[in-house]
Order: sequence, then C-alpha cells, then structure tokens
Amino acid sequence: MEKLIISPAPHIHGGDTVAKNMTGVIIALIPALLVGFYFFGLGALVVTLTSVAACVLIEYLIQKYLLKEQPSIMDGSAALTGLLLAMNLPSNLPLWMIIIGAIVAIGIGKMSFGGLGNNPFNPALVGRVFLLISFPVQMTTWPRPVPFSTAYLDAETAPTVLSMLKENFGELPSTMEMFLGNMGGSLGEISAIALLIGMAYMIIRKIISWHIPVSILATVFIFAGILHLANPEVYAAPAMHLFSGGLMLGAVFMATDYVTSPMNPRGMLVYGVGIGVITVVIRAFGAYPEGVSFAILIMNAFTPLINTYIKPRRFGEKVKK
Amino acid sequence: MNLILISLLTLGIVGAASAIILYFVAKKFYVYEDPRIDEVEAALPAANCGGCGFPGCRGFANACVSADTLDGLNCPVGGNDTMQAVASILGKTVASSAPTVAVVRCGGTCDHRPRMNEYDGVQHCFIAHNLYSGETGCSWGCLGLGDCEVSCEFDAIKVNPITKIPEVDEDKCTSCGACVRACPKLLIEIRKKGPKSRRIYVNCRNEDKGHIAKKSCDVSCIGCGKCVQVCPHEAITITNNLAFIHDDKCKLCRKCVEVCPTHSIVELNFPPRKVKEPLTPEGD
Amino acid sequence: MKTFRIGGIHPKENKFSAGKKIQVAAIPKQVVIPLSHYIGAPSEAVVKRGDLVKVGQLIGKANGFISANVHSSVSGKVTKIDVQLDATGYKRQAVFIDVDGDEWLDNIDRSPDLKRECNLSKEEILEKIKDAGIVGLGGATFPAHVKLSPPPGKKADVLIINAVECESYLTCDHQLMLEKGEEILVGVTILMKALEVKRAVIGIENNKKDAIAHLSNLAKIYPGIEVEALKVQYPQGGEKQLIDAIIRRQVPSGRIPIEVGAVVQNVGTTFAVYEAVQKNKPMIERVMTITGKDAPNPGNYLVRLGVYLQNVVDEAGGVPEGTGKIVGGGPMMGRSFMNLNVPMAKGSAGVLFLRDEEAVRKPMKNCIRCTKCVTVCPMGLEPFLLMNQSERNMWPEMEKNRVMDCIECGSCSYTCPSNRPLLDYIRYGKTTVGGIIRSRATAK
Repeated sequence: MEKLIISPAPHIHGGDTVAKNMTGVIIALIPALLVGFYFFGLGALVVTLTSVAACVLIEYLIQKYLLKEQPSIMDGSAALTGLLLAMNLPSNLPLWMIIIGAIVAIGIGKMSFGGLGNNPFNPALVGRVFLLISFPVQMTTWPRPVPFSTAYLDAETAPTVLSMLKENFGELPSTMEMFLGNMGGSLGEISAIALLIGMAYMIIRKIISWHIPVSILATVFIFAGILHLANPEVYAAPAMHLFSGGLMLGAVFMATDYVTSPMNPRGMLVYGVGIGVITVVIRAFGAYPEGVSFAILIMNAFTPLINTYIKPRRFGEKVKK
Repeated sequence: MNLILISLLTLGIVGAASAIILYFVAKKFYVYEDPRIDEVEAALPAANCGGCGFPGCRGFANACVSADTLDGLNCPVGGNDTMQAVASILGKTVASSAPTVAVVRCGGTCDHRPRMNEYDGVQHCFIAHNLYSGETGCSWGCLGLGDCEVSCEFDAIKVNPITKIPEVDEDKCTSCGACVRACPKLLIEIRKKGPKSRRIYVNCRNEDKGHIAKKSCDVSCIGCGKCVQVCPHEAITITNNLAFIHDDKCKLCRKCVEVCPTHSIVELNFPPRKVKEPLTPEGD
Repeated sequence: MKTFRIGGIHPKENKFSAGKKIQVAAIPKQVVIPLSHYIGAPSEAVVKRGDLVKVGQLIGKANGFISANVHSSVSGKVTKIDVQLDATGYKRQAVFIDVDGDEWLDNIDRSPDLKRECNLSKEEILEKIKDAGIVGLGGATFPAHVKLSPPPGKKADVLIINAVECESYLTCDHQLMLEKGEEILVGVTILMKALEVKRAVIGIENNKKDAIAHLSNLAKIYPGIEVEALKVQYPQGGEKQLIDAIIRRQVPSGRIPIEVGAVVQNVGTTFAVYEAVQKNKPMIERVMTITGKDAPNPGNYLVRLGVYLQNVVDEAGGVPEGTGKIVGGGPMMGRSFMNLNVPMAKGSAGVLFLRDEEAVRKPMKNCIRCTKCVTVCPMGLEPFLLMNQSERNMWPEMEKNRVMDCIECGSCSYTCPSNRPLLDYIRYGKTTVGGIIRSRATAK
C-alpha cells in the first residue's frame, strides 16, 4: 500500500499458462502411451524415456550454454516434443538413433529458429522425418504387438497395414482390431480409440479446437472413399486409411501443434483439408506407404500464407438486414 | 555420349533463349535515371535515418538533384561538410547552418521528483503516457521508459538508470530528430549546439501553475518571469507558465541561469565562473 | 439462452457485494467535482470562487456537442476552480466546494413516491435529459442525449437496456434493479417515448436470477418491454455484443448501433433518466460497488459525485491490508487509481481492491501461437498479430487488420497463457492509427 501499482486494464488474468497447456497435451497422450506400453512392452518404455530425457536435456544445454538465456524446460514443451517424437518411432529403435532424432528435433527443428513459438515446422516431425530419411530400414521395421513383451532391439518384426496394402501381401487385421490398436506400427500411433480419447479430452479442456483433427479425418475419409469407389481393387477402403498408420496420431497431436498451425478456425480448416489430401495422395500414389508426416510438414510451410490470406470471421462482416 | 550431348544442347538453348529475352526486356523497360543521384547518394552518410524528412538517403539525393536550389534541404547527420560536397557535385550553392543537437528538457531526476506510484505495464513511454500522467506528481516530465533510446539509430541517447532521465551523447547525436518524434511528452528539442557545445536552456516542460509545478518537482520552471526581466537580449518568453529560451537570440550571457529560483535553467560546458557572485539578484 | 456469437470469456464472477442493500454514503467536508468527462470536451465552469451553491445547481455548462452539464452534488461554498488529479490519471479542471449543510434546489422532488405518468413531448424529454447532464453510466460516459438523438434519416426500432453487468465483482446495477425496479421501468417508457420506439428489451445476465424474475414480474403491465435472460459471458455489456446477443444484428465495422436500428442505454442511466424527467433531479449521485477479496465491508453505496476516493473507502471500512492496486470500475476495463485523493466521477461504477499478488503482472513469455486470443476476441480480430505489428510500428497494416474495431475489452490479455500484454500494444496501435485516420480526414 506504500505505492499503488498502476497498469493498463485488464487487471486480472485467467491464470492460464504455457505449462498448463503443455501438461494438458501430455495428459491427453497418456491413453495412447499406455496402449503402446501394453503392446510393445519394455521397448516402448525405453524409447519413450530416452526420447523425453534427450529432448529436455538438449533444450536445457542449448539454452544454458549456447543461447545463454534462462532455461525454460519447466514449461513442458521440450518434454512434449520428446514424447511426440517417441510416439512416432518404432519401439525397437536403437538408443543412439533416438538421441540423434532428439538433437535434430530440438536443435534444428526448434532452437535454431529461436525456441518455443518461433519454429516453422513441428519439431517432433522434423526429428522423425530426419530419422526416416537417414535410417529408412530401422525406421520401417516395426515390432509385432505382443502384450507385455520384454523384448527391445530383438523384438520380432511385423509389417504395418499400410505397407501390406502397398506391397499387396499379408492378411490384414480386422477394422475392430485396428481401432483398438492390435497391429504393427510406431509405438504411439496404433490405437485409434486411445488417440480419440485424448482428442476429446483436449477439446473439452479447450486446449485445441475441433477444426484441425476433424477436417483432416473427414478429408481423408472422403478422398480415400472416392478413390475406393472408383477402383476398389487398387485403393483401400476409407476406414482402413483412417485407422492405419500415423493418421490418427498426426491429426490429433502433430497437426494441432500450436506453433505451426494456422491462427484462426477458417485457416485451420484449409490446413486440415490440405493435410488430408496430401496424405492420401502420398499413400495412394507416392513411393512411401505413409505420408502423414510429410503432409503435415508441407502444410506447416503453408501456414504463414494461410495466416496472411485467411482471416477470422470479423464481427459485423455479413450485414443482415 | 548421346546423353551428354543432349544435356549440353538443352542447357545451351535454354541459356541462350533466356539471355535474349532478358536483353529485350532490359531494353524495353529501361528507365533513365540521373547519374548524379548515385553520386549524391555516395556522398551522403548512408544512415537512412529519415532525419532530412525524406525516405532514406536515396530519397534525399533524388530531392537534391531535382530541386532548383538546396534551400531547406539539409542532411542533419552529415552536417555542413556533406552538404558542401553535395552542392559541389550538383554545381549549386548551400548556406552553412549551425550544428544542432538533441536536448532533453526535463531535469526531474529521482532526487528532485519522488515516485508516487509504481507503473507495471509495458515498458513503453507511449503506452504509459496514454494510460496516465506518470509515476511522479509531474504530468509533463520524463517517464524514463526509453522510447527515445529505442528510436535512436546512432546509439546517442540513453536513459540513465540512476536518474531515469535520458542523456544525449553529443558526439554521436546527429540531430536527426527521431527521438523528438518518439517522445510522447514532447520533451526533446533540436537546439543549436553552440560554440564549444556551450548551451543554455530551460530544463523543464511543466506548464502547470507555479505552486503545482513546484510541488511535484524541485527543479521545475514555475513561470516566475525573473529570467525574462534579466535577459538583455529578449531571448526568453513565457507561455503557459513556462519559460523558453530562443537559441537564435540567446547570446549565452548566463544571467538567467543565475536568477532562476528553481535552477531549472541549466548551462552546459561553460568554464566555471571566475568570481563567485551571490545567487540572489539585487531585486530581492 | 442467448449470447453474442463471436468470442467471449468467463472470468470468475466474485460478486461479493451481491444482494447488499444500497447504503447512502455520508457527505464529506469537501468535494471536488471534475468538469471533464472521459469522453468529449470538458464543461465550462459557470460558478466562481466564493459562490454559494445548492445541491443540483448547475456549475459546469456543456461545451460542445459531445459534452454534458455538471451540477453541484452538495450545498456550500466554491473555494476554487483548479486542476485536480482525477480518475483519468491526469490533472484536469475541477470545482472545489466546501460543504455546508445539505440544501437542495426547490424544484427537485425528493419524495420516494413513484411517478408513473409522463406527459412531456419527445423534445421536452430530451431537453430535460440534456439539462440534467446525464451520461452513460456503463463506463464510457457518453452523453445520453446524443445517443437518443439519431442522425437525420436514421430511425431506431428497438431500445436495448444494458443490465448485464458482465464485469466480475460489480453489483451496483444488480442491486439498483432489485431496489428501484419500478422506477427503471418508468425510465424505459420515457426513453421509448423519446426514441419513438415500440419495443424495449432489458438484457440481464443469468447470474442475476432474482433481478430477472423481479423485472419480468413488474414489466407485465408495461407494454413493449421485455426482459431477456442472457448467458453469462464477458463482454456481453459491450454495446455491439449486446445488440448481437439480443436482436441478432451485427453492427458493421466503423458504424454505430443506430445503423442497425438499435439504441443501447445502461440500466443506471435509465434510472437517472427517470429521476431527471420525473423528479427534476440532475445527475449528482450514483450507486457504486466497493469490493475486493479482502474488502472489510463489500457493498453498494449511493455516493455523491466529487467525493474523494478516500471518503468512499472510509465509508466501507478502509483499504484492506495488502492491497496493491485500487481499480476504479471493473477488473477488466477499469482504471487503476494513483492515490486516494481522486474525486469520484459519473463513470465510477466501483472501487475494487486487488491484493498485492493479484496486482502485479507475471513476466511475459514468447507467443506460442495457441490461437486463444483469436478465439476469445469478441470482434473477430487477431490480437497476437496486432500486437506484433504495434511493436514494429506497422500502422497501415494494423489499420488493414481492423485495429479500430477493437473494443478494448481485454479478453485477449486475460486469456494469454504467455502473459503477453496484448491489449496494451493494441491500444497503443489503436491510438496511433486513430490519429493517422483523423489527420487524413482533416487533410481532405
């Protein structure tokens, strides 16, 4: 009361923080993570812990010794990047590769642009795509889902649904099995239901809006459906596309990354449709069986353009007489 | 072999075609530009500060070339030397102008002007100015949040962290006027630098009535008019309870400095007075 | 339940003083009545030093179109007309009066009886409102008679009474509705007559169920007056937001509400109109909420204009221990007071004590581009972008991004997880761009 404090309005704050948002996303990731631990056992645990620890440590070191600024690892964004990177990796990946992925994700994908909020591309995906291009063999041999397995590097491998479709071999799992997650794949992408629970949590907590995930999933469903109707022999059913590969993980957690997605609902819809179309194009016509990561990174590059040309609905825009 | 040949041919054809197109386009859209503009621009300091009132040095060069006379055109950064060089390039004449410098007219340091409240908004003078009159009782004085410092391209004005008042580095100041435009309280003025940097000015902008001004700051101008009476050159006027010394009339006699009861008239860079005279004028 | 269609937030309501009876505050020894208002030209003093004034006597005459009369709120002697630091944070002209007794002008009807009939013509009503110096009590203090006189060619078809009180903490309008419901409804009929409209809607947020029930019950005998319960959401009390919420019309960018056929008046203003027209009482007092988490005695007080903040605070038990900031008005749009020697003005809806820890802003972090500011902006703007452009002095771009539409509600700064001072910068840009637009208009 000695001196009153003067500041411009508003004088109260909602109490939201960066850390709260990041923890919210991490909580939303837990169901999918648990499914991953269940089907891939010890390997999944090792990969996840390594990735998170590496990302946090690298961010800390860069902030402390390279940028000489106050380290901000407590806001949880580095941990989240690590978690997302891990979820995009096969659970039998060697540790040193994971660490390289973390260095690329945090060092190149995030900190080189100025840290949180300034990176044009989703750091976890930058790390993943770097690994995918550098180590294509290790990155595309996924372990077979065995509940509570204790195998790590020596896990028995199995092809993913998408590579089966691409190469036309093997017996596909049923839609229900795919929905629950009983199939080969990266450790966090297998269970659609767990990812959808996470999405529902984030939408209810208002961490993300529905626009991006729904528009991606709807676009993939419609576009894949058209292709399927045109030629069911060559192109897979839309449900296959929805539940296979990294689509669900990408749509719910990777594409909705705050920093790299557009800034208003209209732009988000355009962005989502773009990701959906590019994903199906890569899956159906491209060399890779999976295209979600590339689709998201490509649309990340378009985000500034979308922000410039697509504006939110202004108050009083449409005059109703 | 065939492959190499085809590649060479295709590349060669593409290159040749591009060169021909470029040649014709360059001819077609050629714009004549007075070569003297380049010369003048080369003579300018290339600070692109906008202190001359034109967009960058090239804009100023353009204006110099197209103007009939160089009257009213002045590069504050380069000063007389630059303007002479410009004049000789263009074959025109230029009158030399007295060198100027930015002067902050507020003496309300923390000792003289106690802080009454605590500002907790963005550290930006304009935002604080829009909100209220400031941390001190004086609503005219410096806010000390450093808009002038940010605006200065030459690193010449810095807010002193102890006094919370900006200080001008005379050697670096080019009197481009950026800080004058940045200050929301209109405290900064471009004044004549004076012989040997000797200057006298009223170090206050407070237009409140005397008793209110005095209450909020020890060294405020209270508009008492003693300086006006004592000035032999009619260089001082008082409007709205505030004295102002016109630098074109002031002969730097320092009489006003001696009579000012609140010491709000300051002298800069003068040698110390030889005979210490009593500060109270005879009239008292 | 109706609400506006774009953006909005819901801060914690904290209405500690809800349901507290309006108490009449004591008249202090000295009052200082500011001659200037938040908006428009300051009034011109018509009294001089040494004059004796009575309660209700004109002391400042409106000076220009957007300006209002000022009346003495006490009886006594004018000691001086001088500058006084007021709630705007600047020293401005004010009339200092030493109080002597409480003598009212004879033509003011001080009886509590309800006077329902009003036989005055439209012009007479407007004249009375203008003479009484009534300004919008919602906070902007825009003169009421200006809003009630639409520009030629424009015609209102609905009158909206703003009783939403969407700011947290404040309860003065709520309590006024409970205690003076009948008077407010008569005030509405007078305003309807002045505007020549057949329909009036009183918009009340649904956290004031007792007021909604009370007014709906009373409104049965007044044809054309409806009471509309609205979803609790800030900034519902914004003029454009309220029109959108109630009649689903959006005022286009840069226009005023009359262009969609609506006129909005605050409920407190409506009560003042009743008193001015039916009782000849000019605007000399208002209901204020004094509140805060630690306030010893949160409540609603009827305070004369020009009373020092110190007196008002004493009335409610003094400044609580550990108060870091005192806000005049609501926490979202109010102004913080510099000290306790500030006179209360027509727009002072409340006094709010904030604790030290609430008062200080948290350090700002990088923008994480979470889009929350865009989502909550009730005008559909992009606060993050406007702040960036303001920091870089990109005025033409800001104008293109419609910075002038900003209603300065503060929802963006309130929501930002990185504690970025979005509104500070946007306001800076808005002021500058507004200046550029005005200078362009005068240049033409």
